[in-house]
Amino acid sequence: MKVLVAVKRVIDYNVKIRVKPDHSDVDLTNVKMAMNPFCEIAVEEAVRLKEKGVATEIVAVTVGPKAAQEQLRTALALGADRAIHIETDERVESLAVAKLLKAVVDEEQPDLVILGKQAIDTDNNQTGQMLAALSGMGQGTFASEVAFGDGVEDGYVRVTREIDGGLQSVALKLPAVVTTDLRLNEPRYAKLPDIMKAKKKPLDSRTPEALGVAVSSGLELLKVETPAERKGGVKVGSVDELIDKLKNEAKVL
Amino acid sequence: MSVLILADHHDGQLAGTTAHVVAAAQQIVKDSGGDIDLLVAGQEVQSVAEQAAKLDGVNRVRIVDHTVYAHQLAEPLADLLVRLADDYSHVLASSSTTGKNVLPRLAALKDVAAISDILDVVSADTFKRPIYAGNAIATVQSADPLKVLTVRSTAFDAAGETGSAAIEAVDATVDNSLSSFVDERLEQSERPELSAARVVISGGRGMGNGENFKLLDGIADKLGAAIGASRAAVDAGFVPNDMQVGQTGKIVAPELYIAVGISGAIQHLAGMKDSKVIVAINKDEEAPIFQIADYGLVGDLFQILPELERSL
Repeated sequence: MKVLVAVKRVIDYNVKIRVKPDHSDVDLTNVKMAMNPFCEIAVEEAVRLKEKGVATEIVAVTVGPKAAQEQLRTALALGADRAIHIETDERVESLAVAKLLKAVVDEEQPDLVILGKQAIDTDNNQTGQMLAALSGMGQGTFASEVAFGDGVEDGYVRVTREIDGGLQSVALKLPAVVTTDLRLNEPRYAKLPDIMKAKKKPLDSRTPEALGVAVSSGLELLKVETPAERKGGVKVGSVDELIDKLKNEAKVL
Repeated sequence: MSVLILADHHDGQLAGTTAHVVAAAQQIVKDSGGDIDLLVAGQEVQSVAEQAAKLDGVNRVRIVDHTVYAHQLAEPLADLLVRLADDYSHVLASSSTTGKNVLPRLAALKDVAAISDILDVVSADTFKRPIYAGNAIATVQSADPLKVLTVRSTAFDAAGETGSAAIEAVDATVDNSLSSFVDERLEQSERPELSAARVVISGGRGMGNGENFKLLDGIADKLGAAIGASRAAVDAGFVPNDMQVGQTGKIVAPELYIAVGISGAIQHLAGMKDSKVIVAINKDEEAPIFQIADYGLVGDLFQILPELERSL
């Protein structure tokens, strides 16, 4: 079974972001970048499927600038077999990413596509759902378990999803799209020999034009602002003082 | 301009978040005077439709009752919405796991952008939404013919319940061979729903273990509060994941949020920093949570919590 994994280069999750003075966007110059944490989980799940003998080949794909090849090399070091880089310097919204990934799906014909449930920069939580729609596939979003065999019919995958009230399991006909939630697995670290080996693994570069996809969008980013600052209040000395403040000052009790 | 809202419901109950989405829709149609319709899709959902019909500002409730919609799976719901969407300029849902699952699928099928988790309606085509875990607010404008939006319910006041909209059945069934429901494991709780509670008390890694979360029970009972948790507490296996407050869990904005043994990582703050009053109880004086807490109490939560319960 062939598995396609989509990864995204984003600002490292520990970085405190700055909004540009002209409010055009967040300032990304000289900021530490990394693979989106949900994408790391997607790569890890694909690698585990290969270790279990379910997956035979893992193809990692990203859409982004030249520098995003770093994240593809990371995916290769973690166990992906080869990588596809769709290179563009433009701002690419979820729908265009989904269209680009759909073009790759058409070419590669994977049995399973795994993505993170959301990128921690745009916080959209859309691309996997959109890719599933465009490819005519079922979708197992916010997955905390992905199961093959073991009571799951051939040609299907069972996905346990994190929903608001608890968990829901669905059976999806393959090929299908899965998006990862945080509890799906704990990603491993790449070892140095694997990082060295990853440099020799194949990495194809493509362009949106070559895939026949326009990255333009009906969405325009007008402004980015810093949210209203919340200032720290006071420290109280005792439980009684706390209750008194909540009752008489904040009036929430 | 007219708006279709996909109503959230479970076990014959309309989710409280729907009233907040109606309020967002009212702002969208404010200038145009367009209609707001609610779609209730599911199995045996007549009572849900009756609850939905009471929401102020709703023109009509469209009800689709069929087994294919029984478990709110994305594939059939998106196909249903595609059939209905041509009559509308906007399709809205709350940023629940159902809304997030279904609406992007609809948007792609209609070849339009989706806008997630809106906080504010600037105009019928311009919206504000949080990015980077709520550390920046983006204003976006959509030129698409159909606007597909999920709404952060805590950012809008709930619509009232004095209305009496017409309920109309829609005859629209779709085939779904892509997905099927297997089972569901829901957490049982007597407490208010986390995202709608007036008071929330949350525990973090500092709680030490799952057993200690019982220390929050008595306080939650006295305050009528919901109990939440940080991602650290969930990942450590103390409590189930649906209690998680944060960027990747639930977003809450209660009147009072009490963070116990929570350091205040960016991920957690994204889920609660719009609370009206924040109280932090932590033994680490330097914990980042104190930088946003209105009232901080430095000390051992194992002494403070029982004392707090007695004093309330």
